[in-house]
Order: sequence, then structure tokens, then C-alpha cells
Amino acid sequence: MTVSRRTTLSLRVLALAYLTLLLLAPVGVVFWRTFEHGVGTAWSFMTTPAAISALWLTVLIAVIAVPLNTIFGVGAAMVLARSKARGKAVLDALIDLPFVVSPVIAGLALILVYGQGGWFGDVFLNNGIRIIYAVPGMVIATVFVSLPFVVREVTPVLREVGDEQEEAAATLGASSWQTFWRVTLPTIRWGIAYGVVLTTARALGEIGAVLVVSSNVAGSTLTLPLLLFQRDSQIGSQVTTSVYALATELAVLSIAVLLLMTMFGSRREDGR
Amino acid sequence: MLYLSVFVLIPLAAVVVKAFSSGLGTLWSSIDNTVAVRALVITLVASLIVAAIGAVMGTLVAWVLVRDSFAGKRFVNALIDLPFALPTIVAGLTLIALYGPDSPVGIHFAYTRGAVIVALMFVTLPFVVRSVQPVLIELDLEVEEAAASLGASNATTFRRIILPALRPAIFSGAALAFARSIGEFGSLALIAGKVQIASIVIYDNIESGSEQSAAALSVVLMLVALLVLFILRQVGARIDR
Repeated sequence: MTVSRRTTLSLRVLALAYLTLLLLAPVGVVFWRTFEHGVGTAWSFMTTPAAISALWLTVLIAVIAVPLNTIFGVGAAMVLARSKARGKAVLDALIDLPFVVSPVIAGLALILVYGQGGWFGDVFLNNGIRIIYAVPGMVIATVFVSLPFVVREVTPVLREVGDEQEEAAATLGASSWQTFWRVTLPTIRWGIAYGVVLTTARALGEIGAVLVVSSNVAGSTLTLPLLLFQRDSQIGSQVTTSVYALATELAVLSIAVLLLMTMFGSRREDGR
Repeated sequence: MLYLSVFVLIPLAAVVVKAFSSGLGTLWSSIDNTVAVRALVITLVASLIVAAIGAVMGTLVAWVLVRDSFAGKRFVNALIDLPFALPTIVAGLTLIALYGPDSPVGIHFAYTRGAVIVALMFVTLPFVVRSVQPVLIELDLEVEEAAASLGASNATTFRRIILPALRPAIFSGAALAFARSIGEFGSLALIAGKVQIASIVIYDNIESGSEQSAAALSVVLMLVALLVLFILRQVGARIDR
């Protein structure tokens, strides 16, 4: 259908204006507020002891949660795409749960199971292991909310490529382990990479679930998003440069992730 | 399966058990108080509005990204994923920065229901765009040309040819946006102010130690979300056939 020049232009202007008002302008203002008193001031807010320890904790949690979900994700995707077991449909449906359950509910769920007086909480507490209001609980919360990404990215790729090559490898005498490493893994690597990037983005930025299970003590159980939340709620309605500086720090992290996303996304669509 | 149980299934089961722990009566009375009901209504209405706006604007943006060509299109295309990459708390803060008390343009509507809707539009923007875009790319131009050569106007072609083909994608994108909106917390934590959103009420309940009420509201919220997921699967199965 040939759309008139005028319609094309007005649609384009409408779409770009929408994106500008909703995405670009707000993000732009945060950057501007961060640096309006100079780069030095912003930098000093980003390098306070609380901010640095929050950054490390955020990275630490991601470094534990992302590999766990990657290994699980690839395994679950293999089951969903290859196995003919009954109950596969149930597994398929259950994996999406973390996407539809509010992160706050996820946090509550973990308290009820692993917290004091919870189903398993006392067992751990009696052995001196504190899960809720401590780092392990925050890791579990992050695993919960970012669990489906790798599965959801890898399963369609596995279905798409089919199992002919794997069968060929098996006919030629490869063990199932060899087949996985030499045939399956190379074909799904961009799918995995994209899933890992999405998982990382979510792990770095998660607040709802982690907030509920954290004890909110600066220097020990505050991630960057939590520190930002705490600072902002303390000062009330007037947002200060220190909050904007933390936001910019997080935004820079996530824009790096976005770049990777775009890169892996196009690779994934091009095939290998 | 064990992994899924330890991290997801057992905890969620605990919420359900907790909600019913003191009988159906208590469950009902903790939902049937004004705060909880109001929160549920506001959350559902806001999510519906967000899904509807998202469906229209998302389709429009996808259309421009596929059929139009202009300088910087690749940048705009990458920008769509920004809400998925940006931590939700930062998303909320950016909106406060532009539309809050010290707004540089003098617009101030943070801490209102309108702000809640804008924040939800921000975080759910990619859903419809990213589900409509691939369908629009695959769409056969010849059918449109045939319609045009048979004398159909652009409006008719869009309504009778293009829209029916896009409908499942628009629907599933909007449903995902709806499901996400129901449970959203991070982007609203700062901007909602006194607006009582379901996830924030649950959070306040947890903080004040009333896990029972939190669990009750959670169960209702989960039921709504599961219903959306179920409808999505049905629609998905219909498209596959």
C-alpha cells in the first residue's frame, strides 16, 4: 500500500515524539542533573564507601545468579525442545511464573519459606546460616525474577534447528556429551548470549524482590538500586545530586548491557 | 525441576498456604477491606489503560520502524529495548526528574495516578513493539497491492488486510504489558507517592509485619496474572495451528 508522504511524515513525527517524551527526555534530564554541578561532584557521590560497596554487592549477586540461571536455562530448554517426557507442558507453563508474579510477591514467598519461622528457615538458622535479610536471600530473589530469560531465548532456537545434526553426530559415534559440546552448543550460543544479557540486565536492576529480603543496611546488604531507593525515600520529594549520580551510574551499566543486547540480538537473527 | 522447586514453586506455594492459613473467612476479610480493594481496582484499571495505549502506540512505532526509513532509525530501534535494560528504579527516577517537583519544563504530575500510568507505559513499551515488528516484516506486500488494485482505500486495506494479520501479535504484546503492569513495583516505588498500587500495598504489609494480608492480596494478584498467562497460551496455541 502506498502511503502518502504526509501520512508517512506525521506517523514518523508522532512515533518519534512519543519515544522522546517517554524515554529520551526523562533519561536526558537525569544525566543533566547529575553533572550540573560538575563531573567532580558527581564522581565523588559515585565513589562514597556506601556506593562502592553497593556496586560490588550488585555485581556479586549478578555473578552468582546469572551462571546458575544459564546452566538451568540451557538444561530446561533441552528438555522442552528435545525430550518427549510427559509433564513437559507443565514445566513449560511453570517456567513463566516469575514473569507474571510481582517481584514483591517473590520476596514475600522467600520470607515465608526461608525466613525465621518459615518452612525451612529455622533449619538454616539453627545451623547459623542466615538467608533472609542477608545476601543469600538476595541472591535467591534475583535467581527467582531472572529465571525464565535463558530458557525463553534458547528453546525456540533449539526447536528451529531441529535434531538432525545431533542425530548425525550420534550415528557417527559421538557420545551425547560430545554431541552437546561440539554440535548443539555452537548452534545455540547466540541465543544463550542474548538470554544471558537479559538475565544480567534484570539481575543488576532488580529492586522489588531484593528490597523485601534485604535488611537495608548500607555497606552490607544494599545493592545500587536499593541504595538509590533508600536515599530517595529519606530525603522526600526533593531529589538531590547524590541520587541522580547513583541513577547515572546504574544507567551507564545498563546502557552497556543494552549495547550488548543490540549486538547479540542482530547476531541471533542473522543465524550464526 | 528441583531447581525450579527450590527457587520458585515451594516459595509460591508457601504464599498460598499462608493466605489460607487461618481459613477462608480471614482470607476474605483481609481482601475485603477498603485499602486492598481500592488498590486492586486502581492497579487493574491502570494496567488496562496502559495495555490499551501500549497497543495503539506500540503498533504505530513498530509500523514506523518497519515501513518508514529515516536517518537514525537503527538508533531508535535500539532505543526501544532501553526500558528492558534500564533498572526500573532508574526508570521511575527519570520520570520524576522530568515531570516532578523540580522539572526543568515546569510540568509537575509526579505522585499522581497519571504518573503511575506514564511509568507503566515506560517499562512496558517494548512488549507490543517487539511482538508486532517481526510480523510486520514478514507480512506479504502483494496482498496489500492486490487490495489496492481492487480499489480499496488505504484505510480499508489497513483495517481489512493488515490489522487482522497483526491482531494476534498486538494482543499478545498488550497482554504481556498488562501482566507486567499488574505486578510492577520498581518503577512505581518512587513515583507513586500516595497512590496505593497493589504491589506497594503488599510491600507495606510485609514491612509492617502483616504477612497474612500481604499473602491474601498476593494470591488475588497471582490469580489475575495466571489468568492472563492462560489466555495468552490459548491464543498462542490458536496461532500455531
